[in-house]
Amino acid sequence: MSRLKDTLARGEFVVTGEVAPPVGTDVAAMRRSAETLGPHCHALNVTDNQAATLHLASLGACRLVLEWGFEPVFQQTCRDRNRLALQSDLLAASALGITNVLLLTGDDPRWGDHPEAKAVFDIDSTQLVRAAAGLNAGRDMHGDELTGATDLFIGAAVFPEAEPWDIQLARAVQKVDAGVEFFQTQAIFDTDALERAVAALRPRGVKVIAGVILLRSVRTIDFINERVAGLMVPEAVRERVAGAADPKEEAVALAIEQVRAIRGIADGVHIMPLGLDGVVPRILAEAGLT
Amino acid sequence: MIITKPRDWTRILGNLDEVGAKRVFIMGCGQCASVAGTGDEKAILQAKAALEQSGREVTGWAIGEVACHLAAMRLETRKRHGEIESADAVLVLTCGSGVQTVADSVDKPVFPGLESVFLGNVIRHGVFEERCQMCGDCVLDLTAGICPVTTCPKGLLNGPCGGMWAGKCEVLTDRECTHVRIQRRLAEQGRTRVAEIPAKDFSKKLKPGSINMRAPKDEGEGKP
Repeated sequence: MSRLKDTLARGEFVVTGEVAPPVGTDVAAMRRSAETLGPHCHALNVTDNQAATLHLASLGACRLVLEWGFEPVFQQTCRDRNRLALQSDLLAASALGITNVLLLTGDDPRWGDHPEAKAVFDIDSTQLVRAAAGLNAGRDMHGDELTGATDLFIGAAVFPEAEPWDIQLARAVQKVDAGVEFFQTQAIFDTDALERAVAALRPRGVKVIAGVILLRSVRTIDFINERVAGLMVPEAVRERVAGAADPKEEAVALAIEQVRAIRGIADGVHIMPLGLDGVVPRILAEAGLT
Repeated sequence: MIITKPRDWTRILGNLDEVGAKRVFIMGCGQCASVAGTGDEKAILQAKAALEQSGREVTGWAIGEVACHLAAMRLETRKRHGEIESADAVLVLTCGSGVQTVADSVDKPVFPGLESVFLGNVIRHGVFEERCQMCGDCVLDLTAGICPVTTCPKGLLNGPCGGMWAGKCEVLTDRECTHVRIQRRLAEQGRTRVAEIPAKDFSKKLKPGSINMRAPKDEGEGKP
């Protein structure tokens, strides 16, 4: 069962949000986040040791999100687990009622909080997508038959603003051929780049959910530009937030414009609130989505 | 060649202290460690001076012609039998492979004097880069002679990852993304890139590696 899948299949515009598991066992803040965003979203992405930094496991957190009454998107990276662990977690996800998965490469541990860790990368995200598609068909990566197949709705990441685009697109097409059914993008600032990506990918039968990130301050922007992979906030946007009397309000206004623009281009919007969970309902309402 | 670099000297002195070594023999290597300047005569004399400064005596030193060659190392250590016998320990300025042939050739405690870091290409004198992981399952035929297993920091066979920006690597930001390089070179040569490289077979490189070229082979195996 995936409401996300069904809604996309009906051709309706979807909204996904993002919650981060805690660095520890106290899930109260994550629950507040889920309860703020959840009622306005078709599904909530749950990050997997994001930025190569230790967090409570995405799989366990996804199950909590499900128990709290919301639909999770289980993010899984290739950084921390070999093919045995990745497949067994996908089997567990399916058995726990978690259907949506977003299969990613993962950030390199040398920039995280455990730089001494061994990066696994036994397989890459294309190969992981193919493995997940195999589990859906009832077979593991080795070709052996499963006692009970998975029923995963398989997602991956695409980066519409990344240049050279032909090489980025080739990777996305490769993921589609391996079994991807939907893409979520990194935050989008260039709608022409998004249009280009959607035009190239939609005819291949996949859905594209475009990212919006809430840029509450110049500090946030500088942090993203310095530390976040696959994302560069353009100088014009930085200047706009920097020059605003109320930068947080400006971030909200910017997000409303972005959601409206994305609505005319992609199949959904993925909101990364970066702590500004409370303003998300207003952004969606003012963009005409609720 | 095998690239080695100097090892933490206090750890080396600590190793010698653990066995109460006041007298030390030093072994270098005439191959990789000499090219790297970590196990040649100059490096040995520096280690000798440092050991003497720490109040130890150096009973002798030698440069094994090929330190990883077991028979040659046995011969070399036999030639130096007296100097090694009068030492309490042997300090080896070679890769870890050489350290182990020395340890198999003498009865004394043997300690590594270097860190072995990678199989390296000599870019120019004193500048080394890792280009091959010796994975036992070469993909260079598919990747225009550029190894993604080694030169992509994540070792991805299919790329680029989401961190690639303006053609640059996410991790080593001053370098071009390996996958961009591969695809550009393939295009320049008029070659099409393989649709998807399948997951690597790590059973091709199980530890410890062992090959016996003298063992009888199946007819035609590995022959052109």
